[in-house]
Amino acid sequence: MTQVNKVKQLAVFGLAAIGLACLPFIVGGTLGNSWVRTLDFALLYIMLALGLNIVVGFAGLLDLGFIAFYAVGAYTYALLNSPHFGIFLPWWTILPVGAFLAACAGIMLGTPVLKLRGDYLAIVTLGFGEIIRIFMNNLNAPINITNGPQGVNMIAPVEIAGVSLGKSIELFGTKINSVYLYYYLFLILCVLTVIVCSRLQHSRIGRAWVALREDDIAASAMGINIRNIKLLAFALGAVFGGIAGGLFASFQGFVSPESFGLLESIMVLAMVVLGGMGHIPGVILGAILLTITPELLRDVIGPVQMAVFGKMLIDPENARMLLFGLALILVMLLRPEGLWPNKRRAAEFHDALDEDLPAVDSQARQEGIKG
Amino acid sequence: MSLLEVKKLEVAYGGIQAVKGIDLHIEQGELVTLIGANGAGKTTTLKTLVGLVKPKSGSISYDGNDCTKIPVHHFVSKGLSLVPEGRGVFSRLTVEENLRMGAFYRNDPNAINAEIEHVYELFPRLKERYKQLAGTLSGGEQQMLAMGRAILAKPKLLLLDEPSMGLAPIIVQKIFEIVKMISQQGVTILLVEQNAKLALEVSDRGYVMESGKITMSGPAQELLHSDAVKKAYLGE
Repeated sequence: MTQVNKVKQLAVFGLAAIGLACLPFIVGGTLGNSWVRTLDFALLYIMLALGLNIVVGFAGLLDLGFIAFYAVGAYTYALLNSPHFGIFLPWWTILPVGAFLAACAGIMLGTPVLKLRGDYLAIVTLGFGEIIRIFMNNLNAPINITNGPQGVNMIAPVEIAGVSLGKSIELFGTKINSVYLYYYLFLILCVLTVIVCSRLQHSRIGRAWVALREDDIAASAMGINIRNIKLLAFALGAVFGGIAGGLFASFQGFVSPESFGLLESIMVLAMVVLGGMGHIPGVILGAILLTITPELLRDVIGPVQMAVFGKMLIDPENARMLLFGLALILVMLLRPEGLWPNKRRAAEFHDALDEDLPAVDSQARQEGIKG
Repeated sequence: MSLLEVKKLEVAYGGIQAVKGIDLHIEQGELVTLIGANGAGKTTTLKTLVGLVKPKSGSISYDGNDCTKIPVHHFVSKGLSLVPEGRGVFSRLTVEENLRMGAFYRNDPNAINAEIEHVYELFPRLKERYKQLAGTLSGGEQQMLAMGRAILAKPKLLLLDEPSMGLAPIIVQKIFEIVKMISQQGVTILLVEQNAKLALEVSDRGYVMESGKITMSGPAQELLHSDAVKKAYLGE
């Protein structure tokens, strides 16, 4: 029986692997290379969302400035592998540096907010995200470090075994575009991220995060060092943000502070919440949906308006965000726990009734004592 | 030397003094109860003992350590384990995961597994539900879980904050039997309770607390039969 199950599992994994490997060619062949590019971004956002999921989903710390870590990773890559300073380090040395710096930024953010929760935590993290962005925007004087609002240009692409992923390559007579090559790189790192996150979730640390999220007093009474476990969540989340940022910089070839605004932070948070906080498959689904839907709407809205009304009533660019916002509101109204929540998270929304019972009991008892 | 010795403890929340200079001590192996009405300062006293609240003045020494200088998360590894008021089980963790949280500071998987089995023997209901989320348990089962979790921390001194709160009388009875049983296994227990009668019946010694002060103390049987306690707490 278990033998059969193992074979089945292997078969599913094999099919998934083949499917994911063929995906860019199917998409590229039918919809064009721009959609492969969207796929690449979806993978980057999966990494980002999984990173934020550690902070928000596992440890329950609302972070509205997560994109700052993405920025730290991206700028680290940009400054260490571009003509801006004339430094060209190999990508595999920069990514860990970026991840490390992002982790430091995570601890920098985590330390002052240890005692905050809920709205207050959200406001401080939001401010932190903006501070990093404004730093990047203004660090061009007196010494030009980030090149200010102009951003850093001509960032060198990732190079593996002498092959640059930034240019098309010729393989068995077919030309393979750069976006395909990046797809595979991102896919591998994405799978690694998923593995690390799921190992974390089911570890002692993962349980400590759930405990912290529920009742920090009881958690510290269990011997959990609340301070360290919170900082660990911030730092680990930031590591994934930093790596995704580095990849983003090499993929785009250009970074500027504009890419790291508040809207981006909120977008990543929306991916986590919409998909199902704390549930890795849910978060992946959220990231894919929220990356692809706006692009899909971009392609669809114009032609639909032309067909229905015969003219453009609303600028497609505006209508796109409008519809997108509407969709988010609807999902949150109908499925507040997210599209694909885990058991624990779903329980939070559906056993509210059970939870009321003991409270009513104790109230009745208190009244009994007074009487 | 006493296992726990509290001297002239004073605790204040802002300007409001909750505990006004109390002395108490607990010897190795004793089951001591601290009874008193709502707002007498019982929970505050307990919270101060485990470092969740900082005292204004006075001293707490546990097993020769000055408690006011130990960070909260170190208490459990020193054998001081608290079952908080309202149970404090982690409702989104399963029963078994909750038990494992109790053993969070320990690093001996084999012993932990054996002790989890021991807890299941003590509370067969928990074994039936080991995969269930703790939030779906009844109040009594949650209390059992909270106590099982505390046992897994291998405490020398177990602090129980109102284990009977919000439970049906028949379950309260059962909980107190278990408290007695844990005590007989050699764990020192400080039991904080409003249910004075039951608490005194199972305990060796008792303290009566009233608006931040200890007003009476002595052997539990004596307190149980003293007129003052009868009048104030037993409704006789």
